[in-house]
Amino acid sequence: MILVFLERSGSDFHRLSFETLAAGQQLGAEMNLPVAAVVIGDGASEVPNATVFSITHPLLAQYTADGYTIALEQLIRAKQPTYVLLPHTYTVRDFAPKLATRFERVLVSDVVAMRAEGGNLLLVRQLFQGKLNADVRVSGVAPSFASIQAGVYRSDQLQAATANVEEFSVAIEASDIRSKPEEPFRETVRAVDLSAASVIVSVGRGIKEKENIPMIQELASALGAELAASRPICDNGWLPMERQVGSSGQTVAPKVYMAIGISGAIQHLVGMKGAKTIVAINKDAEAPIFEVADYGIVGDLFEVVPALTEAVKKARG
Amino acid sequence: MKIVVAIKQVPARDSQLRVDDTGRWIQEADLNFEINEPDAYALEEGLQLKEKNGGEVIALCLGPGRASSTIREALAKGADRAIHIEEESVATLDTLGIARLLAKAIGDEKPDLILTGLQSDDLGYGQTGVVLAELLGWAHSTIIMEVEVRNESIRVKRELEGGWFQHIEMPLPAVLTIQSGISKLRYASLMGIKKAKTKEVKRLTLEDLQVHAMSQTNVERVYLPQKSKQTQLLEGPAKEVAAKLVEKLKFEARVI
Ligand SMILES: Cc1cc2nc3c(=O)[nH]c(=O)nc-3n(C[C@H](O)[C@H](O)[C@H](O)COP(=O)(O)OP(=O)(O)OC[C@H]3O[C@@H](n4cnc5c(N)ncnc54)[C@H](O)[C@@H]3O)c2cc1C
Ligand SMILES: Nc1ncnc2c1ncn2[C@@H]1O[C@H](COP(=O)(O)O)[C@@H](O)[C@H]1O
Repeated sequence: MILVFLERSGSDFHRLSFETLAAGQQLGAEMNLPVAAVVIGDGASEVPNATVFSITHPLLAQYTADGYTIALEQLIRAKQPTYVLLPHTYTVRDFAPKLATRFERVLVSDVVAMRAEGGNLLLVRQLFQGKLNADVRVSGVAPSFASIQAGVYRSDQLQAATANVEEFSVAIEASDIRSKPEEPFRETVRAVDLSAASVIVSVGRGIKEKENIPMIQELASALGAELAASRPICDNGWLPMERQVGSSGQTVAPKVYMAIGISGAIQHLVGMKGAKTIVAINKDAEAPIFEVADYGIVGDLFEVVPALTEAVKKARG
Repeated sequence: MKIVVAIKQVPARDSQLRVDDTGRWIQEADLNFEINEPDAYALEEGLQLKEKNGGEVIALCLGPGRASSTIREALAKGADRAIHIEEESVATLDTLGIARLLAKAIGDEKPDLILTGLQSDDLGYGQTGVVLAELLGWAHSTIIMEVEVRNESIRVKRELEGGWFQHIEMPLPAVLTIQSGISKLRYASLMGIKKAKTKEVKRLTLEDLQVHAMSQTNVERVYLPQKSKQTQLLEGPAKEVAAKLVEKLKFEARVI
């Protein structure tokens, strides 16, 4: 059996959950294995898969690594899946390594492709922040654990089936759960809504210093674009946090996204991959950003950007 | 408060990576190495906690001989002593093997807190801290932005997706994985650099540790990723590429 963990997010599923389910179904078809999904909390009946395990328990109402690990450990021991697939979300990063360790197994994290090869599974994962890929083969006894990166499988390719829900009851004591989570919160009200922008000019660490940001601002103004940034720029306080694009910032889908001096780490890509046209300006021809770019300029941003600003101004008259 | 900070040495961020002759790792010969970025923040957090609460900071590193430069830097910044597990081929270990070695090396140090980075820049497992916590039987939390020490517990600020955060309280001892950018990094002072030379570095080998570190995962091939899109490269001097891009923005993307 292939067991797929589906993560809830508020009253819905995390968007990566169904991508991972699609991954499980494809692998199941390839390897001729049945696929079961597991949901902790509500929503099991909405899952487009034939077998769904539903785990509900008052102590699991709020996510804790201890609670989720205990619950899933019990399910896995009972159902003995060969493979356990999880979406590579922040929550999964928090508990899945612990869960795998319970079985003395290694979680293969951040998987960007999978295929059955010679009866066992070949996984592709990223190294060096996406600069290289690695083919990884897992040995040892089942279960094998893997977490699937965003945007690899498509939830619209699910083979939808009506859910046959099986309640799975777990034994957890209050004393098993050591951490006390408080309510999630947002730091500030967002003054800028980048998701509405039709053109975004985004700047990364290639800009070197805060003093150089106005050069990018000038290009953005000339284009009538919103200014955005990769995480390190916001961490450094060179631009406010609300302009950060990526998994811990905003998700945007403008007509044009111009990435300037941004390497294209996956956590940045998930926030902007949906742009209609992606332009990358980077001095490194092998930067991962070029893997998703429609137009690429390999060059020094300090030469290209001023020339571009001038050309845009001229074109606009 | 006794704090262990796990630091790893990785290729410098702007390195040009080339696959080596085995096809299973990169050529390391001409690269520069530096501390893994989030580990620098983990160390900074450890030093700040020590300054506030007293105690000791121990840097722990599993890596080849060259990693001593990173260890020395941590000592120069203020770590009190270090443990160096010397091993030339760390890339062939998986995260369970790495965590087992780290756990064994911590041995009976009995720290109150272990800080790791949230992810290594090279292998990028994003797991070692969590696995270590499980092996030790301790509570943990990941992607940490703030740490507040209370009596027998800590309260941390954890980053969630999409700009959300959450506070979590947990008992000590605990393991935290620290996010980059949570504070401003200090530089080593001249005094610190001088003092570092006299600080203790305990050296261990895999044989000393007697740990079952057999890898369950085998990297068969390392290679450049395939492009998901056909990128049209615009070439020429700055002025020329700028004009070409403006054409595209005007007639293809239609945003000018
Ligand atoms: C849990 C987690 C969450 C994260 N969340 C986010 C997030 O929401 N958003 C985000 O962006 N990141 C996020 N990150 C960080 C992410 O992994 C990368 O570290 C980050 O995106 C890198 O930013 P960068 O591309 O600006 O910097 P770098 O990776 O340092 O890249 C700089 C680029 O600039 C180029 N360059 C340098 N000089 C020049 C020049 N003169 N001309 C042209 N190009 C030049 C270089 O070739 C390089 O490609 C997260 C990481 C983790 C682990
Ligand atoms: N070889 C190592 N030596 C010391 N610490 C390590 C080592 N490998 C991983 N770590 C720690 O674990 C964190 C996460 O690494 P990883 O699980 O490889 O992404 C790193 O940021 C380090 O703090």
